[in-house]
Amino acid sequence: MALAKVMLVDDEVPFVETMTKRLTKRDLTVTSAFSGKDALDALAKDQAVEVVILDVKMPGMDGIDTLREIKRLYPLVEVVMLTGHATVESAIEGMKLGAFDYLMKPCDMEVLMGKVQEAAAKKRQHENKIIDARLKEITSRRA
Amino acid sequence: MRGSLKELGVYYRNLTRNMVLLITFVSITPMILVSGLILFQFHTSFQEKVHAHLTTLVKKHKQNIDTFLKERLADIRQLARTFTFEELSNESFLQDRLATLQDEFGPVFVDLGVVNARGLQVAYAGPFKLGMALYSTADWFQRAMKSNAFISDVFLGLRGLPHFIVAVRENWRGDPWILRATIDFVAFNNLVEHIRIGETGFAFILNRNGEFQTKPFQEIVPGKGPYLELLRSDNSAGERPVSIGRMTGEAGVKNIFVASPLKEGDWLLVYQQKVSDAFSDFERSLRVTMVVLLLGLIAIVTTAFLLSRRMVGRIAKADREKHMMNEQVVETGKLASVGELAAGIAHEINNPVAIMVEEAGWIEDLLEEEDFKDGANLKEFRRALNQIRTQGKRCKEITHKLLSFARKTDERVQEFRIDEAIQEIVALSAQRAKYSNVTVKLNLSEDLPNVRLSQAELQQVLLNLINNALDAMEKQGGSLEISSREEEGILMIEVADNGPGIPAANLGRIFDPFFTTKPVGKGTGLGLSICYGIVKKLGGDIEVASTVGVGTTFRIKIPLEMIKAQGSLNGKGE
Repeated sequence: MALAKVMLVDDEVPFVETMTKRLTKRDLTVTSAFSGKDALDALAKDQAVEVVILDVKMPGMDGIDTLREIKRLYPLVEVVMLTGHATVESAIEGMKLGAFDYLMKPCDMEVLMGKVQEAAAKKRQHENKIIDARLKEITSRRA
Repeated sequence: MRGSLKELGVYYRNLTRNMVLLITFVSITPMILVSGLILFQFHTSFQEKVHAHLTTLVKKHKQNIDTFLKERLADIRQLARTFTFEELSNESFLQDRLATLQDEFGPVFVDLGVVNARGLQVAYAGPFKLGMALYSTADWFQRAMKSNAFISDVFLGLRGLPHFIVAVRENWRGDPWILRATIDFVAFNNLVEHIRIGETGFAFILNRNGEFQTKPFQEIVPGKGPYLELLRSDNSAGERPVSIGRMTGEAGVKNIFVASPLKEGDWLLVYQQKVSDAFSDFERSLRVTMVVLLLGLIAIVTTAFLLSRRMVGRIAKADREKHMMNEQVVETGKLASVGELAAGIAHEINNPVAIMVEEAGWIEDLLEEEDFKDGANLKEFRRALNQIRTQGKRCKEITHKLLSFARKTDERVQEFRIDEAIQEIVALSAQRAKYSNVTVKLNLSEDLPNVRLSQAELQQVLLNLINNALDAMEKQGGSLEISSREEEGILMIEVADNGPGIPAANLGRIFDPFFTTKPVGKGTGLGLSICYGIVKKLGGDIEVASTVGVGTTFRIKIPLEMIKAQGSLNGKGE
C-alpha cells in the first residue's frame, strides 16, 4: 500500500508532471490537477485523497480560494500550501483557513515528503478518532 | 540643471528689483506729492504774510515820515504867520523863537533863517555863522520862491554837512520873504534807521535822482542796478501807496524791495531785505522738511530692499523645497515601480527555477535505479545535480530578497523592530559590500522599543547612507559599522565608515539638493537631501562628522517619543 494518497495542484504543467513522477517514486499515490476548479472536480470523484499539495498563486481560482472550498467540502482532507514567495499575509490567511503547513518553492523533496506524511498521519488519526467515536456510540447503544 | 539655476538667479534678482521699485514708488510718490503740496501752500501763505507785514511796516513809516515833514512845515508856517518880517528880522527875537521850537521838539530844528526876496539872509539864528548869506542862486531858494511851502532834498549846502531845509514863503508889504529852518539830519535819519528786521532788513529814502536822503544801514550805491530800476518802476506806478518787488543784486543776491512814495512823490521810502533773510523761517522749515524727506527716502529704500530680499529669499527657499519634494516624489515613484518590476520578475523566475530543481531531483531519483548504479560517472552526475540544487536555492534566496524589499516600498506607517529593519537593509547591501572589499559590522542594541514609522523611508535613509559609504570605500575597501542605541530618549543610528572622508569645504553643503561630488551621471545629489528631508519629517536630525583620511560618521537622531509604538506589535498602523 502507498504511503499516502496525494493530489498535486499547480498551474505549471511541467512542475506537476515532474513532481508527480518524483512523489510516485517515493511510494505516494499521486493525482494531479492544473487549477483550483479541476482540483475540486477531481476531489468530488475521488474521495480517497488524503493530502492536497496546493500552489497559492494560480490564475482564476487561486490557492486561498481553493483551500477555503476544500476545507468547506472535505474538512478532513489536509492541505499543504506551496508558494513562490512567502508573504506574511497569505501565510496567516492560509493557516487561519486550516492549511496543514506552508512551504516555499522550490522546496526540498525530503522536507516535502516529511510534511506530506505528517499530514496524512494527522488525517488518518482524525479518521480513526471518528471511527472510534462511532464504534463507541454503536457499542454503547447496543449495550 | 545648472543653466536653469542661473536663470532662476536672474529671475529672483528681477523679482527683488521689481519689488524694491514698486514698494519705493508706491511709498515715495504720495510722500513727495503731499510734502510738495503742503510746502507750496505754506510758501504761498508765508509769502503773503511777509509781504503783508512789510507793507504795513512801510506804510506806517511812510505816514510817520509824511506826518513829521508836514508838522515841521506847519511849525515853520505858523511861525511865519504869527510874526511879521520885521519882528523876525530881529536876530535876537529869532534866537528866542528857535529856543522855543527846540524846547518843544528837541534838537530837530538846527537853525532858523529869514531870507528876503533877493535871496539875502537878513536874519539867522543857529550854531553856524550864516548871517547875510546870499541864497539867490540856491536851488531850494528858487523853488521856494515859486511855491509857498517847500521841503528840500538833503544837501551839503554852505555849511558842508548833510541837512535839508523846510521853507515857507510869506508876503510883507508886497514883497515875498522866506522863513527857512534846517532840520537836523540825525533826528530825521532816526525815523528810518529804526526800521530793522532780521539781519539784512533796513530802510532808506531816495530822492528822484536816486540820492540818499537818509544814511543807509548798508553800503549801497543807489545810482545803480536795482535802485534805478526801483525808481523807474515807482514812477510808472506812482499812484500805488506801497509796491513790492524782487530783484537780483550785483552779487547774485536776491533782495526783496518794498517801496512807497513820500513827500508827494519826491522821495521814495525803500525797505530792502535779502529774500533768504525775509524767508529764513520758511527756509529753515524747508531744510527740515528736506532732511526728513531724505531720511524717509533712505528708510523706505532700505526697508524695501531688505524686505524684498528677505521675501525673495523665502520664495527661493520655498521653490527649492518644492523642487526637492518633486524630485523626491519622482524618486519614490521610480523606486516603487522598480520594486513592482522586481517583484514581478522574481515571481516569474521562481516557477521555472522550481521546475528546473525538480527536474534535477527527478534525474537524481532515476540515478537510484539499478541501470545506473554501476555507471562510471555516477559520482559526477550526483555532484552536478547537487550543484543545480544549490544554485536553485541561491536563485530562490535572491528572488525572496527582491520580493521582500519590493513589498515594503510603501509609505505606510508600520510597527517594527529597529534592529531587524537595519539587519534586513544591511543584508541587501551585503553583496555590494563584499565586492567593494568592505566588512560590515553591526552593533545594534536589542532593547530598543518597537517603532512606528514607514519602514520604506527608514530603508531609503539607511540604504542611501550605506551606499554612499560603499561608494566612498569602493577603491581601497574598509569597514562599515552600523550601530543603534537609545540615548536620553533619542534613537541614535550611526553609519560610520573609515573611507577617505569629506573635505571640510564640502561638509556644509552635502545635504543641499543637487550637491554631489560623484562623476556626472553617477549621482543625482539628492540622496542625502532626501535623507535629510525624511529625518526632519520624523522630527529628528541628521549630523555628519568627517575627517579627511580617517572616515565619516553619519548620525541619525530621532526622538523616540515621536516614533515609539503605542500599542502591541500586532496592531498594523496606517
